[in-house]
Amino acid sequence: MSAVPQRAAAAAAGTLTDAAVGDVLFTREVEVTRDRLVRYAGASRDFNPIHYNDVVATEVGLPGVIAHGMLTMGLAGSALTDWLGHTGDGTARVARLGTRFSRPIPVPATGGVTLTITGTVGAVGVSDDDGAPCVRVDLRAEALGVTVLAKAQAFVRV
Amino acid sequence: MSATVDASRVGSVFTGTPPFEVSRRDVIAFADAVGATSPVHRDIAEARAGGFSDLLAPVTFPVVIAQEAEAEYIADPASGVDFSRVVHAEESFSHRRAVVAGETLTTAVHVDAITARGGLTLVTTRTEITDEAGDGVATVVSTLAVRGADA
Repeated sequence: MSAVPQRAAAAAAGTLTDAAVGDVLFTREVEVTRDRLVRYAGASRDFNPIHYNDVVATEVGLPGVIAHGMLTMGLAGSALTDWLGHTGDGTARVARLGTRFSRPIPVPATGGVTLTITGTVGAVGVSDDDGAPCVRVDLRAEALGVTVLAKAQAFVRV
Repeated sequence: MSATVDASRVGSVFTGTPPFEVSRRDVIAFADAVGATSPVHRDIAEARAGGFSDLLAPVTFPVVIAQEAEAEYIADPASGVDFSRVVHAEESFSHRRAVVAGETLTTAVHVDAITARGGLTLVTTRTEITDEAGDGVATVVSTLAVRGADA
């Protein structure tokens, strides 16, 4: 797992005050493995067997075990808050976070699938429900060459 | 055998789930699972230095609280939601403040919409999470897509 701030010269990591639409803020790659699925199942108490049992997953028409959508969203959220955390804590700055789940990520019994998360400035001069100024960060999540989250957006207080 | 989602449930509110006590272990295990590396999720001194009373839960942690509460509606056979035919379609969080370890949070699950689209039924719930003082902490909106019997 690595976080690579890509615009260090113009925007210090975690800082959004000078953000411009299109700025790529960070990219993080995460290996999604069965081990991680089991850990997420335990931590989230989501014990749907399609996330650990190939027989059950196949019976309901899936290619095999798939990652929890909420694991993928959680990994994307962490990539964002860890990047924001370079200037104090990032978690408390996220006013809104939402996504659609466009494709499942099949996860093999051994080995893993690389999930690539990229955060880009999608809009500036927006505000949260309380009117606090925000930047919209668009999150792209790709695995096996396809986009797995659609319209994944965070409103981050500046 | 596959039930049909009962559309008359729109507007129902479910408040029967016991309060959720957020433990430090809950926060650390969730942070490990979702790869949230900030020390504010693990180190009490760092969390307090950041102005928080205890370990800070990761940004999607409220889903754990919401899914437990949603089960009062979804897992009830009377809802008509066949969980073996469900996929998660959408999720969103609105945070008034971050969740911290040590607090006890209550939930109200609102059934906001049940709509048919193609062979799918989309079920949207909104879980309002409230703290001990009665103040709103987070709103979690979840849409499940339920495949029909012939889909």
